[in-house]
Amino acid sequence: MLLGFPLLSLAIWVPIIAGVAVLFTGSDRNAHVARVIALIGSVLGFVVTLPLYFGFDPLASGFQFVELSPWIESFSVNYHLGIDGISLLLILLNSFTTLLVVIAGWQVIRERVAQYMAAFLILSGFMNGVFSALDALLFYVFFEATLIPMFIVIGVWGGPNRVYAAVKFFLYTLLGSLLSLVALIYLYNVSGGSFSLQEFYRLPLSLGAQILIFLAFMMAFAVKVPMWPVHTWLPDAHVEAPTGGSVVLAAIMLKLGGYGFLRLSLPITPDASQYLAGFVIALSLIAVVYIGLVALVQSDMKKLIAYSSISHMGFVTLGIFIFNVHGIEGAIVQMISHGFVSGALFLCVGVLYDRLHSRQIADYGGVVNKMPVFSALFMLFAMANSGLPGTSGFVGEFMVIMGAMKANFWYAFLAATTLIFGAAYTLWMYKRVIFGAVANSRVAELQDINMREFLVLALLAIAVLAMGIYPNPFVEVLHTSVNDLIAHVMQSKLPVQ
Amino acid sequence: MQYILPLWPAYPELFMLAMVCAILVADLFVSDDNRIITYALTQAALAGCFAITWLTITGEPIHTFSGMFVDDLMSDVLKLFTYLGVMVMLVYSRAYIATRGLFRGEFFVLVLFATLGMMIMISANHLLTLYLGLELLALSLYALVALQRDSAIATEAAMKYFVLGALASGMLLYGMSMIYGATGTLEITRLSEIVFDGGGKDVVLVFGLVFIVAGLGFKLGAVPFHMWVPDVYHGAPTAVTLFIGSAPKLAAFAFVIRLLVQGLGAEQLLAEWQQMLIVMAVLSMAIGNITAIAQTNLKRMLAYSTISHMGFLLLGILSGDLNGYGSGMFYVVVYVLMNLGTFGMIMLLSRSGFEAENLEDFKGLNQRNPWYAFLMLLLMFSMAGMPPTVGFYAKLSVLQAVVNAGYLWLAVVAVLFSLIGAFYYLRIVRLMYFETPQDTAPIVPRADARVLLAANGLAVLVLGIFPERLMALCMYSIQASLYVTQ
Repeated sequence: MLLGFPLLSLAIWVPIIAGVAVLFTGSDRNAHVARVIALIGSVLGFVVTLPLYFGFDPLASGFQFVELSPWIESFSVNYHLGIDGISLLLILLNSFTTLLVVIAGWQVIRERVAQYMAAFLILSGFMNGVFSALDALLFYVFFEATLIPMFIVIGVWGGPNRVYAAVKFFLYTLLGSLLSLVALIYLYNVSGGSFSLQEFYRLPLSLGAQILIFLAFMMAFAVKVPMWPVHTWLPDAHVEAPTGGSVVLAAIMLKLGGYGFLRLSLPITPDASQYLAGFVIALSLIAVVYIGLVALVQSDMKKLIAYSSISHMGFVTLGIFIFNVHGIEGAIVQMISHGFVSGALFLCVGVLYDRLHSRQIADYGGVVNKMPVFSALFMLFAMANSGLPGTSGFVGEFMVIMGAMKANFWYAFLAATTLIFGAAYTLWMYKRVIFGAVANSRVAELQDINMREFLVLALLAIAVLAMGIYPNPFVEVLHTSVNDLIAHVMQSKLPVQ
Repeated sequence: MQYILPLWPAYPELFMLAMVCAILVADLFVSDDNRIITYALTQAALAGCFAITWLTITGEPIHTFSGMFVDDLMSDVLKLFTYLGVMVMLVYSRAYIATRGLFRGEFFVLVLFATLGMMIMISANHLLTLYLGLELLALSLYALVALQRDSAIATEAAMKYFVLGALASGMLLYGMSMIYGATGTLEITRLSEIVFDGGGKDVVLVFGLVFIVAGLGFKLGAVPFHMWVPDVYHGAPTAVTLFIGSAPKLAAFAFVIRLLVQGLGAEQLLAEWQQMLIVMAVLSMAIGNITAIAQTNLKRMLAYSTISHMGFLLLGILSGDLNGYGSGMFYVVVYVLMNLGTFGMIMLLSRSGFEAENLEDFKGLNQRNPWYAFLMLLLMFSMAGMPPTVGFYAKLSVLQAVVNAGYLWLAVVAVLFSLIGAFYYLRIVRLMYFETPQDTAPIVPRADARVLLAANGLAVLVLGIFPERLMALCMYSIQASLYVTQ
């Protein structure tokens, strides 16, 4: 019954149309109307993605909910959508996070409310587009288009250094994606005039060409993930972005990079991926270990979580490039889990920032005395961030480490250090902010979280716990897709001599 | 009489000529208060040309005036866009020129003469016809730039434009004379036949080609022949800058296609001019984009941006196949659309005694008027080539042609420079959205300009979502017009 109904198009266009509708409410005199429309839009946007999950057949190979219609015939570009298990989870995560961001910004944002809400809704639609595009050009268009709303969000509602951060964010990511555009055009010409990803998957390519294409893609996705050493835009962007911006950036936008590796790099250039896997793994391990240490010395909470994100995303790229089921599934689970956890942590910092207007760890202390409910929730997320069993953070990391162990002991060993560093920087920060005596008079005046904040954090807490205790519903949709992907990657695409 | 038959392919030009003469005379009898009549007649002339061109589209190349004039699909489409561009420009400029004392008969007559020049250039099938059209356009433009005669900066710009333009025309003529010497003909169709039969090895021919390319470089404003562009863009009244930056680019594109592709497109010559265009394209993108960063005057910045866009356009042409020429045509049409919108925006913010031509004047536009800020945002992202705006597809189609021609490295260079370009377009978005306004005067445009500007800005987005029609139109009209000579 659900087949044939353009669910994916709905997932893309419902938020975008809602966003445009919000824009039409105009100035801040109608701020309340804007908020309500945004809420309705984001709820609808989430609701239309649910049938995707329930109608999804986890045993079927290939793409589901496929929509195909010609778009730009001169370039044989098609409006071609479809999802597998990998994209399914990310779409759900995206729509869920957008809903939370709309609620989280309800009272906090007072200036240009309509534009704020609209930016997030439109961004959400674009990102669903990235996750469901099966046409390379469509993918690219959505991928690039996400930059515009995020640029505006950071620049308009961000902190004091927001202009610098926004421009850096934009140019950094644009640099990467422009090179991948050249690679896509090259593939278009080689494939005889098609932008279809499935066409690209079948295309035989020499190793030299594959390596160049791989590197071009990697420029785009490594910046997005971000991998060491092209991560430097992320701490700036996170610190300056408003809470909602940080949440979406960490929870979804970084995943565009990981998803890009899985959807483009691996299947299109399998030989180059294997050839260069050692290189990518090395970068990932540097991110895990070195960035973990960098996180330890941060005095700004948002910066700390930003570095923690980079370190956790190192796990994702590590898992992807060890090419076994555990590794890749672990990477995907880690992406989802990181979406919940980092989003939640940024929301927690946002809660504190809204009250004290400081992100410095040193300005806090003894918050638990004034905000017990908040502290309990924050505790859960801190634990999840350090990978405590029973939380979602554990599942992904454990799977990746297990996969790495199969590949090489030392990969696993180095990756596992994150369990120590992660716990160290997260819990140490938690201790300094939450425990101890009340640090100063401003902390003494803190109010505990209100219903709205509680709702947002509680929803995330449920997700984190559910995924930690019973990950099966998340993992089972992945099996077939990941197995197919690995089988594809293991098949050489070098032209037969 | 049979030499100039059939006459109908040239009806638009003839109609335009008759109308300009009529307006010139009629304007004498119109008082300053009723100058609106001249304006209406000008628009009517353009609309009439549009209708005539539209009605006489056949899709087949038809030669007339003893082969000096051609009417093919490419010329029809380019002419239609030219009329539209000029009409839109007149609507945008109306309030601007009225407050600056330029709302006079001369302005309209010169604009129409320039338009006639463009039409002739677009339809020329003979080097002399091309040259006549070009000079008619150029002379009208020199006068237009200098129209604000009390402004020192405008006069200087006009002088510079005139001297350099005359030099370029001289080069072109010199090159044409050499080609005539080498081949014995000035007719483009005939020329291409001779060159295809192997006449191209002649050193004189190649020498002539060099001068022709240099002359074209001047007219397009490509590096290293770009010196006049920033000064003219800056010095001319904004309405005239808008005019120079829009429709004449379409004519210049036709000019390049007629001369290089149709006339001198034979294999051995193609390799020659391809090399020259590569140098000009790369330099234009480099110098245009990098110098634009340092500008604080918006008009100057856009001048350098034009230079870089012309570099991109050359990329499409130098790909040397129908696909590349089609992408070039798409690029130039899209460029004109974006340029119209951007300068329309500058004139929207200008008012009596105040030119909104510094970057600072765009500060906080989002707080003053979110709608116009949004339109400008679309235009800027389109200029930068970001999806989902039409500028992206323009860049994409050119890049595709370049990669297809085997110049992968050129594509990489091009995207790297468009990254640099993104920086200064982004700066305008940044000023509009992230800063607080300095200028708080209310923005009160005329209703017609308001509607048209909205349509123009949204067209950038709508064509970005549905680029197929326009792209196919450009590809098809190039194919229908050029397949004979290929």
